[in-house]
Amino acid sequence: MITFKNVFKRYPDGYVALNNIDLTVESGEMVFLTGRSGAGKSTLLKLIAAIERPTSGTITISGQNIAQLKPGAIPYLRRKIGFIFQDHKLLFDRNVFDNVLLPLQISNFDNKTVASRVRAALDKVGLLKKEKSMPIALSGGEKQRLCIARAVVHRPNILIADEPTGNLDVEYARDIMAMFTSFNQVGVTVLIATHDASLLEDTQHRILSLKQGKLAA
Amino acid sequence: MIRAWLMQHGFVFFLTLKRLIATPVTSLLSVIVMGIALSLPTGIYVFMENLQSISRETASSPQMSLFLKLDAQTEDIARIKQRLEEDSQIVSFQFVSKDVALHQLQLSNGLTDLTASLVRNPLPDAFIVHTLESAPETLEQLRAAMQNWPEIEHVQFDSAWIERLNALLKLGRFVVLMLATLLSVAIIAIMFNTIRMQILTKRDEIEISKLIGATDNFIRRPFLYFGTIQGLASGVTAWSIITFIIETMNVELVELVRLYDFDLQLQHLSLDDSISLLMFSALLGWLGARLSVASHLWQIEPG
Repeated sequence: MITFKNVFKRYPDGYVALNNIDLTVESGEMVFLTGRSGAGKSTLLKLIAAIERPTSGTITISGQNIAQLKPGAIPYLRRKIGFIFQDHKLLFDRNVFDNVLLPLQISNFDNKTVASRVRAALDKVGLLKKEKSMPIALSGGEKQRLCIARAVVHRPNILIADEPTGNLDVEYARDIMAMFTSFNQVGVTVLIATHDASLLEDTQHRILSLKQGKLAA
Repeated sequence: MIRAWLMQHGFVFFLTLKRLIATPVTSLLSVIVMGIALSLPTGIYVFMENLQSISRETASSPQMSLFLKLDAQTEDIARIKQRLEEDSQIVSFQFVSKDVALHQLQLSNGLTDLTASLVRNPLPDAFIVHTLESAPETLEQLRAAMQNWPEIEHVQFDSAWIERLNALLKLGRFVVLMLATLLSVAIIAIMFNTIRMQILTKRDEIEISKLIGATDNFIRRPFLYFGTIQGLASGVTAWSIITFIIETMNVELVELVRLYDFDLQLQHLSLDDSISLLMFSALLGWLGARLSVASHLWQIEPG
C-alpha cells in the first residue's frame, strides 16, 4: 500500500510541484495519473522511488516512511519498485540482454537463474529474438518494451510508468497497456502517469487527475 | 549468498579487464607512466641492496688491492710475491698482470673501441690480497706496512671504503624514501584523474544504476577494481623494467669485474621485496581510485 499524507514538494527554484497531496493506492491496484505537462505527475512518481524527496508530509510504502529514509536504505526501496522512465534511461553501450540483466546484477541474484529470468522478461515484452541487439538499433516501441522488461525482471511489487506510451502510435500503445494489465493481474501494484486521454477511455481502473500540483476530485 | 557475492566480484573483475582492453592505448600509457615512476625508487633501492651485500661480503673476507707502480719490473713483482708468501697474516693472494688485465679488457664487448685508442697500457700490475684478520686496526697496520714496500703505488684498504659506503647508503635510503613518497603521491594523483575521467564518461551508467537500486558499494566496485588492477600492472611494469636493467647490466658487469677477480653479480629484488612492490603498487592504485570515487560519485545524483 502506498500512502501520501499532506505531501508538499517545492523545488529549490521556488516552483511548487505538489501541493498538499493526500492519496492511497492499495496493493495490487492499478491507477492512472493524468494531468497536463507540469501538473506534477512525474514528481509524484519520483517521490515514491525516493528519486525526489518531499519538502514536507509523509509517504509510506508498506508501512515504511519514505520521507525519512536514510540514503543507505534508498537502494533497497528502489529494488522493490520497477520504474519505467519517460526518457527510457537505457544503457547504449550494452545489448538488450545486458540492459535487462542490470537490475539482477545490482540485486546480487545468483548467476544460475539470471539468464532464464532475463529471457522470461524479454519474452513477456516480445523482444526475445532481439537479445543481442544494441538499443540504438531498436524502434521507439521496442525501446519502450525493453524498458518494461528491465523494470519487471526482478519481479517488483510496484510498477511505476511515466508516460509509457509517449511517442507511440495507438497500436503500440494498446500492446503496452495490455502488458501492464497482465502484470497487474498477477498482483503487481501499477501506477501509470499519462496525458494520453485515449488510453483512459475504456478503462475500469481508478483515474487520479492532477492540476497544478493538486489532486482533483 | 556468498556464491552470488563471489560471482558478482568475478563479474566486475572481468568487466574491468574488458574495459582496460577496450581502451588499450590509454590503459597502456598510464600503466607505463606509473610503472616508470615506481621503477625509479625501486631501482635505487635494488642498487643499494646490492651495494650493501657487496659491503657485507667484503667485510667478512677482508681484502686489499695492491697496485704496483707502472714501471714495476718482473723482478719487483717476484720480490713482492715472495714477501706476500712470507707474511703470516695473508691467507691468499692473486696476481693480475697489466697485460692480462688489458687483454681481458680488449676481449670484452663494448670496450674494444676504448682499448684500441690507447697508445700504451694504462693499467698497473696488481695483487689481490686476502687477510687473516678483519679488525680495522690490524688491517690499517698492514696497509701502512705494505704501502712502504718498494714499487707499490697504492694499497687500497677496502674497509675504509666500506665505511664511506655505509654512510652513503644511509643517505641513499633517505633519497629512496623521499622519492618513493613523492612518486607515490604522483601515482595516486594519476589514478585519481584516470578514475575521474571514467566517472565522467560513465555518468549515464552510474545514474541509471542508482535509479534501479544500486548501492554505493556496487557503483564503486568497478572503479576500485580498475584502480587496483592498473596499480598492480604498473607494479609488474616497474618489476620488469628493473629485471631488464639488472640482466643487461650483469652481462656488462661480468666482463668488467672478472679483471680484478671480484665476484660481482647484481642481485634482483628478493621474493619478499617483489611481493611488497606489487602489493604496494596495487594499494596505490586502489587508494587513488578510492579518493577519486569519494570526491566525484556523490555529484551524480539522479533527479
